[in-house]
Amino acid sequence: MSAGLDDKLSDALVGTRRFFTRAQVSDDHRAMYAEGGRAGDSFYRDRWSHDKVVRSTHGVNCTGSCSWKVYVKDGIITWEAQQTDYPSTGADKPEYEPRGCPRGAAFSWYTYSPTRVRYPYVRATLLTMFQEARAQYGDPVVAWASIVQDAEKASRYKKARGKGGLVRASWADAVEMIAAAHVYTIKRHGPDRIAGFSPIPAMSQVSYASGARFNELIGAPMLSFYDWYADLPVASPQIFGDQTDVPESGDWWDAAYLIMWGTNVPLTRTPDAHWMTEARYRGQKVVVMSPDYAENVKFADEWLAPAPGTDAALAMAMGHVVLREFFVDGHVDFFDDYVKKYTDLPFLVTVERQKDGSWKPGKNLVAADFENAARTSENALFKPVVFDEGTGAPVVPNGTLGHRFGDEGVGKWNLDLENLKPQLSFWSEAAESVAVRLPRFDAPDGQAVHEERGVPVIRVGEHLVTTVFDLMLAQYGVGRPGLPGVWPEGYDDPRVPYTPAWQEEITSVPAEACARIAREFARNSVDTQGRSMILMGAGTNHWYHSDLVYRAMLMLTTITGCQGRNGGGWAHYVGQEKVRPLMGFQNAAFALDWTRPPRHMTQTAYWYVHTGQYRYDTFLADTVGAGMSAFPGQTIMDLLLKSARMGWSPSYPTFDKSSIEIPDLAAKDGVDVKDWVVDKLKSGELKFALEEPENPENYPRVLTLWRSNLLGSSAKGDEYFLRHLLGAEGAVTARQAAPEQRPRDIAWADEIVDGKLDMLMTIDFRMTSSTLFSDVVLPAATWYEKHDINTTDMHPFIHSFNPAISPPWQSKTDWDAWKEIAKRFSELAVDHLGTRTDLVVKPLWHDTPEAMATPHGVVRDWKLGECDPIPGKTMPALIPVERDYTAVYDKMTAVGPLLDTLGTTCKGITYDVGAEVEKLRQEHGVVATGPAAGRPRLDTDIQVAEMIMMLSGATNGHLATQGFRTQEQRTGQRMHDLAAESEGRRITFADTQLAPQPVITTPEWSGSETGGRRYSPFTVNIERLKPFHTLTGRQHFYLDHDWMLAMGEALPTYRPPLDMTRLFGEAEIGATGELGVSVRYLTPHNKWSIHSEYQDNLFMLSLSRGGQTVWISDQDAAKVDIRDNDWVEMVNRNGVVACRAIVSHRMPEGTVYMHHAQDRLIDVPLTQRDQKRGGIHNSMTRIMMKPSHLIGGYAQLSYFFNYIGPTGSNRDEVTMIRKRTTPVEY
Amino acid sequence: MKVMAQMSMVMNLDKCIGCHTCSVTCKQAWTNRAGMEYVWFNNVETRPGLGYPRTWQDQDEWKGGWELRRNGRLTLKSGNRLKKLASIFSNPKLPSIQHYYEPWSYDYETLLESPVTRNYPVARPYSLLSGKPMNVEWSGNWDDDLAGSGEHAVKDPMLKGIEDKVKFEFEQTFMFYLPRICEHCLNPACAASCPSGAIYKREEDGIVLVDQDKCRGWRMCVSGCPYKKVYFNHKTGKAEKCTFCYPRIEVGIPTVCAETCVGRLRYIGIMLYDADRVLDAASVEDDQDLYEAQVGCFLDPYDPEVQRAAEADGIPGDWIEAAKKSPVRRLIMDYRVALPLHPEYRTMPMVWYIPPLSPVVDVVKETGYDAEDRGNLFAAIDALRIPVEYLANLFTAGDVPTVDKVLRKMAAMRSFMRDINLGGDPDEEIAASVGMSAEDMYEMFRLMAIAKYDERYVIPTAHSEQAHGLEELATECAVGDYDQGSPFGEGSGQGALTPVAIENFNMLKERQTSDHDASVTGGSKRGRVNLLNWDGRGMPEGLFPKHPDDGPKQ
Repeated sequence: MSAGLDDKLSDALVGTRRFFTRAQVSDDHRAMYAEGGRAGDSFYRDRWSHDKVVRSTHGVNCTGSCSWKVYVKDGIITWEAQQTDYPSTGADKPEYEPRGCPRGAAFSWYTYSPTRVRYPYVRATLLTMFQEARAQYGDPVVAWASIVQDAEKASRYKKARGKGGLVRASWADAVEMIAAAHVYTIKRHGPDRIAGFSPIPAMSQVSYASGARFNELIGAPMLSFYDWYADLPVASPQIFGDQTDVPESGDWWDAAYLIMWGTNVPLTRTPDAHWMTEARYRGQKVVVMSPDYAENVKFADEWLAPAPGTDAALAMAMGHVVLREFFVDGHVDFFDDYVKKYTDLPFLVTVERQKDGSWKPGKNLVAADFENAARTSENALFKPVVFDEGTGAPVVPNGTLGHRFGDEGVGKWNLDLENLKPQLSFWSEAAESVAVRLPRFDAPDGQAVHEERGVPVIRVGEHLVTTVFDLMLAQYGVGRPGLPGVWPEGYDDPRVPYTPAWQEEITSVPAEACARIAREFARNSVDTQGRSMILMGAGTNHWYHSDLVYRAMLMLTTITGCQGRNGGGWAHYVGQEKVRPLMGFQNAAFALDWTRPPRHMTQTAYWYVHTGQYRYDTFLADTVGAGMSAFPGQTIMDLLLKSARMGWSPSYPTFDKSSIEIPDLAAKDGVDVKDWVVDKLKSGELKFALEEPENPENYPRVLTLWRSNLLGSSAKGDEYFLRHLLGAEGAVTARQAAPEQRPRDIAWADEIVDGKLDMLMTIDFRMTSSTLFSDVVLPAATWYEKHDINTTDMHPFIHSFNPAISPPWQSKTDWDAWKEIAKRFSELAVDHLGTRTDLVVKPLWHDTPEAMATPHGVVRDWKLGECDPIPGKTMPALIPVERDYTAVYDKMTAVGPLLDTLGTTCKGITYDVGAEVEKLRQEHGVVATGPAAGRPRLDTDIQVAEMIMMLSGATNGHLATQGFRTQEQRTGQRMHDLAAESEGRRITFADTQLAPQPVITTPEWSGSETGGRRYSPFTVNIERLKPFHTLTGRQHFYLDHDWMLAMGEALPTYRPPLDMTRLFGEAEIGATGELGVSVRYLTPHNKWSIHSEYQDNLFMLSLSRGGQTVWISDQDAAKVDIRDNDWVEMVNRNGVVACRAIVSHRMPEGTVYMHHAQDRLIDVPLTQRDQKRGGIHNSMTRIMMKPSHLIGGYAQLSYFFNYIGPTGSNRDEVTMIRKRTTPVEY
Repeated sequence: MKVMAQMSMVMNLDKCIGCHTCSVTCKQAWTNRAGMEYVWFNNVETRPGLGYPRTWQDQDEWKGGWELRRNGRLTLKSGNRLKKLASIFSNPKLPSIQHYYEPWSYDYETLLESPVTRNYPVARPYSLLSGKPMNVEWSGNWDDDLAGSGEHAVKDPMLKGIEDKVKFEFEQTFMFYLPRICEHCLNPACAASCPSGAIYKREEDGIVLVDQDKCRGWRMCVSGCPYKKVYFNHKTGKAEKCTFCYPRIEVGIPTVCAETCVGRLRYIGIMLYDADRVLDAASVEDDQDLYEAQVGCFLDPYDPEVQRAAEADGIPGDWIEAAKKSPVRRLIMDYRVALPLHPEYRTMPMVWYIPPLSPVVDVVKETGYDAEDRGNLFAAIDALRIPVEYLANLFTAGDVPTVDKVLRKMAAMRSFMRDINLGGDPDEEIAASVGMSAEDMYEMFRLMAIAKYDERYVIPTAHSEQAHGLEELATECAVGDYDQGSPFGEGSGQGALTPVAIENFNMLKERQTSDHDASVTGGSKRGRVNLLNWDGRGMPEGLFPKHPDDGPKQ
């Protein structure tokens, strides 16, 4: 039987082409092959045709840094597709092409979309007031004053915020109002009452720099972002003395064992995910730790699902296994050598007797503490010691903080142990030992419980000391014969931390699996010399105790010798975007070429205070501190004040007097301004603004946002922002602190101020919550309409933005918009400001000798009389700077002279950039007249990009080699060869337009790209013996600061998520009631957006569910009768969300996910509870600050912008969720 | 032997991250225009799930593809062509718009133009079909990542017969992604279904296209295609489908979906096949033999006899070279890791898939098995979370051993490569255990893992001497007699054969150069506006009252 179609009649019909066809029919009558009649095709051919393709990318808050082709037809942007021309990684590796994701691919939708901001807008109420006042007074500054000083008027326009009524304004009018508000605020309140916020700069450095440069020139603080987003892993400064440095995604390929733990790579690192999928084919084992069946679980060999927020318990138990099997029962030379050389494990720590007779771990023993050769050497208080097996004596090794500064340390700041043989442990069967008290935090009531476990000790002078390693074993419950105390009997003993069985009860991960994965991880490292890697991110880093989660995880990568290896170590992927040309960027963005120091502020603390959230802390610091009695009677606010006055953290506004008024007052008194401030602080005549946050003199007045959607995205406690910062409606129902819960050192106003800000201004190209609530909105050019540069740490290239079209309608690039503002500001300043001295109050900085302000980490508070207030030592540095407010525009648009005289400094190395400035002069031309006469021009965005790239080693090989040569002096180690291959290379903007350009190895970072190598952090430290920027110069497990000891966090430990029932009276998880069921409320990143961008994009909405959603498990949904796509309402004390439910069995019971940054602009109905517009994901959260993040002035725990600071954690929250029962209305 | 060349694709589902970039770039390039709002030439489905359009795989319902009659002849499942001819005016087997989704947009302009209001302004969804406010209840990808699994994934037609193997419980969770484009079948049911002869298969590269001039909008192709990859443009009243980006392919550039695939999981190359064998192959009796039968149609470009025949059939020499290097051929023929999607539809699809590995089930996790044994590092295939039976239902008409063999090869490759990764010598036994040589295993690793651009895409360019065939104009005038009716019952298919792309372009242009009220709907209440570039101003007059404050200020 031969095959055929249909039947004979069909055959006949088709064969004779009577079946309506005129094409060639195949012999078997099956298919037609057309040879003509292809006019229809021409439609697609025509659609495909285009006039030009322009290289650009997307510029904010996304690590992708993907280069794109933007297609243009007749001057219209049609669509985009990824570039594929990244420099090759070599023959035996996958390539970076293509890079992009569906969100980026949907970007061009914004260009002509109806949500595009096309003109300047001002709310009609305010615009009318201003126009009338302007007409009445003639002077715009006076006009502005007349409005904000009139309580009725101010209240009227502030209450209108967010509620429509925006009307078009001309650029001139809008800019004048903005300029007037700035001038007025400086004149009346001081420049530190203004703030600017633009998120992570790496992805569009010029755009960030535009407003930042203006703000820093006028003396307004720029608000941090990394800590605010809770993306800053505080463990990184704590352990490495580094903000964060991570491998590029190409280095995942080098790993032979990969754990993804809190980062959902396919979703949040979409363009990089292929490295992970491909490395599996190379024989890499992949393990995923995730509470839900996340997208990355699909790629895992094994999936462990620890309960949300318990990751540290799992990590501690894994650490227990590794210590037991590879350090105590077994021994690996590779690990042993590594920890002795590169970690603080062999360093000596005192064991101190307490009043009650118990023993506690104490301080790092330093050279100044006992009789030895280095006792009186320079910085002896910052030279911790190890015990040398060879000589049998405690010795200061090279490379400590004490060697980093001062003349004696020259050539000795290195990790070369020379003949030194550090002893890891004092244990022997016969060793003397004491039982130290160690806290555990796993009790059901959340209170710390102490247990005693023995450590072997020796005597050094009057001190009883042990090693960090011995303490670690005690902490991890890894017993050795003869040591006293409470020890577990084995892995299956659940009673004593931190065994696999112990963690199973907390995390629900099977003990056997925990032990096996730990063993595999370490074994793999032995087999591969450190190629075991942990990818981590928001899932583990957005918790209140994330520093502890990370310390427990990083302990695993460090004791197994994986840090500083290609294919090994930590890979922190949330918010870490690397400004590769960092040094050049800092000059351009913070105007360091004109004025130093800049004003930088930790944003978490800023909003904790200025949105009044501190008022809602219904607990004392010790309650959140598990009853450790670390801070008796004090609140978090008290600790913040303490941190500010001791110079640990920045605080702006700083004093209850204007920072430009203080120098005048001092001058009037004929006293040096620093002495004046010290005196008046002592006498109490001058106060920190923090001491009276509701005093109208003390809060910020003007906030500008660009590249930013604060109110629709990052604002933890969004409803507090709306009410207290803006004076608009907010859905907060939380109770304020009762008298006994209030701060001790802070004046408690009876009423909290609503509407602190006089002006909120946003520059954006699309409508967001931030533009909706702004008083003034300026239309921005999109990413396809400007020049800029873009880098990331996910790949080692720098590439450019280029305009596919000119900014349409009346939009302008950020650079041009800020220039307009600067110009008008400078004009208005002539009458109102002139030149003023501004007293900048600066905290004690990391990577400077100020990091040696606090010997032994012993806290001395001048306010309590524990020491004298000494600026730059026991209190912030006080630095008067001169600001010619009439010259702000001129300075903004020229490269300043401080580069010639002071050079530029980055991470402790100072560079001479005379030749670079001269090149800029030649290439950009010279300003002819005015305050910037003779300086290189900085008129255009391209020139800013060139300035950034000229002044960084990453893009200028000359500077990279210079920096390494300088570092060679201090370290005595060969370094400059790392950049030698690129000494003559300089990447220009034109280069970045051609194709992504590989950057140059530079001392600005800790890894190396030399020879086309994949970037991995700390490889320079490990291979070139360059110390870490820490107290010991090594990676730190032990943190001996007073506060860390008091909190019981000197060593890695597990602390459970915050108990919101205990702190705020929220229902216990699982409880049901009128408002539904109580669940853990998490806000992981969204598949359909990059933060709030794209979540309003019709492409993304059509691929998802068209509006706000929350994911809930089928079990929880069943409890309260929620079905998929039902409208639901979530309520807690912070706010209300009205959205729809996605019910899925991939969610764990007891936890809901409301994906991050679903703005309130798209399909959000009125709430059932109060018939107001529903909130955003952050309407359910609020700021919770952890005291340990406020520590400063001590070694690696010293402040720098985005380096350390309180994080805006957001994962410990709970909410009630119920099915909506009233009709959906808008 | 009649040698023909087929432009083909392989997607490695084991690498797919489900990001949907392919869908977005494809839509941007081809279907963001009126009448095509709901259309995704390329879509990505989460499995288990319902797919797009919902339940498209349920051929008991949709009657797509071919079936083998008792007489051994193939016939269209929805009835033979005579029957089709007789019933063209009442096509009963069409997915409704609800099976795709009702496209919508938002009144975004409210956000900027809202007058002073009591509550914060918000943009609401409006149907692009009716122009009325709507409650969004389905989208192009509604059940993404197991969203609503208890109501949707459980109804996945592919679970039929293996219900006991799949539990929708947290501990048993599994999922993977299935990106789909037109299969450009060797035996296309859409073409066979078309009464107008408007669907044709390009002779030189096998790409299946709809002649826009000849299409009469009968929509028999929509019914006939078992993959539901022919769509009806309700503005023009014509069928449209994935074109394999032929304007790009002709000049050697990969399709948009492939080049923009950040998972780097798509391969494009040509397959040589014997056209004379296709019908026989499509007509083998047992569904589970169809995979081997189709492989049997493919020709080895290294075979001198094939080369001679190809030359005789007019296939250019560089195409034969391209067939040798074709990554698609290597994955299908040499390594035998790619499988066809639903061979049982008997259309001889030409977009093939490498099935995905998955994590081990919990029972293995809890045993704490010996990790020191390197052989145990990667778990046994039968311990994986995705039931092999489910994959077999997709790729082998239920034949489990064939899928199992592919998964074993991939697992073996990982073990094999791990030894090399750790600096040891590779164990040839591992390769041999899955019937491969060490060399082949290494080459397969390079193709799947390193996958450089020019190895993923081996695309011979169209020959200029054939240009007349590519550009020839049709002589027959289009007739719009069918376009008055409504395809989905919403009255959307309006008469004129609009020059579609141009319309979209002009709309953008108008919008860019005007401040307000760019009339994108032509005043129609039907809201037939461009879905993905809609600026939301097309609402009926009076729905959004304009405020005096809204106007431009001087």
